[in-house]
Amino acid sequence: MSFNKSWKEMEIGAVVKGGSGLLYKTGNWRSEKPIIDYTKCINCLICWALCPDSAILRKGNKVEVNYDYCKGCGICANECPTKAINMEKEEV
Amino acid sequence: MTLEYKPITKLSDLPEENLFTSGHRLCAGCGPAIVARLTLLATQEKPIVVNATGCLEVGSTLYPYSSWKVPWVHVTFENAAAVASGIVEALNKLASEGKTKEAPVIAIGGDGGTFDIGIQAISGALERGHKFLYICYDNEAYQNTGIQRSGATPFGAATTTSPAGRVIPGKQERKKDLIGIVLGHHIPYAATATIAYYRDYINKVRKALSYNGPTFIHVLAPCTLGWRYDPSKTVEISRLAVETKFFPIYEVENGSLKINFRVPKPKPVEEYLKTQGRFAHLFKPENRHLIEEIQKNVDENWARLERIEKAGPIF
Repeated sequence: MSFNKSWKEMEIGAVVKGGSGLLYKTGNWRSEKPIIDYTKCINCLICWALCPDSAILRKGNKVEVNYDYCKGCGICANECPTKAINMEKEEV
Repeated sequence: MTLEYKPITKLSDLPEENLFTSGHRLCAGCGPAIVARLTLLATQEKPIVVNATGCLEVGSTLYPYSSWKVPWVHVTFENAAAVASGIVEALNKLASEGKTKEAPVIAIGGDGGTFDIGIQAISGALERGHKFLYICYDNEAYQNTGIQRSGATPFGAATTTSPAGRVIPGKQERKKDLIGIVLGHHIPYAATATIAYYRDYINKVRKALSYNGPTFIHVLAPCTLGWRYDPSKTVEISRLAVETKFFPIYEVENGSLKINFRVPKPKPVEEYLKTQGRFAHLFKPENRHLIEEIQKNVDENWARLERIEKAGPIF
């Protein structure tokens, strides 16, 4: 950047495309992975609403885990009212 | 713009599309990430978001990535409310000339950016009466720079600048009454909320956006790093904060206070404190009296809220 520019010639700042966070996968942060037992799932959507990583996908009222981004915090398993989600050790 | 208040009764009433995307670099089990997510699920129209410096901004927008699928601007710690005021007025002007359509404006700041550094700009914006919603996600310290105490850190909590040891047993001052401060500006709507009561929070965001004036929501968002607990307990701990009356959730509409969750059988505050490493030192024999003091403060605060509720409108 040249220091000879006036403020009128400066660029307006860093602008990035909305939602480009998706290009960065955070699934490898995980040491435990959530597994949904669909025989116990009642489609209440609580795990979907409370996943800090937006890694529980919702199709209608069905949910599934997106392991590309799940960091394995375990909030979904902890909050599931029917204990349908279990945290299992991640195998490398 | 003013939106009609449409409360949700179940989660399936919310849109499927997720405007706060995956791939952000906030911690596993981050409370503020849940706040951002629920906020964008709650808004019926795409909002313009102004984000003060803080965990949420640093973690969700590492250049050249952004997890926000809405117009979003980062501003410095102190002036989120000032920039939001400018955006509201610019939108009003452009909309009156037919050059753009209206959009709700939401400013989001952490407790550092709200309780301490941003309070001057917030006070100005609330006093001038711009139509916007300010959301303070409160994780009770400057967590992203390494857990320094803030005006929101509760009494007795250990942080790196109020460490528990031989000299002091954690922070020696009480938390600011933020809602008390914002109510001094006679705003039409102010509320507290927490992520465990997600339906309550979503409806509060919707209600706040239906008011024609400045509105304020203070939402407790636990921090796994600074509060020192297992990441899976984020929502559970925020629920315990309400069940022990440590963090009462209430709303003030046009000056009338209403406690939203009355806690039929309140748990002792000890139940909440023992879940977190930042309070571990309070359980040493020489510090036990501090737990009694915290319990006393909690009970007094609840009694104060009940008195205000009973007394009727405060302005």
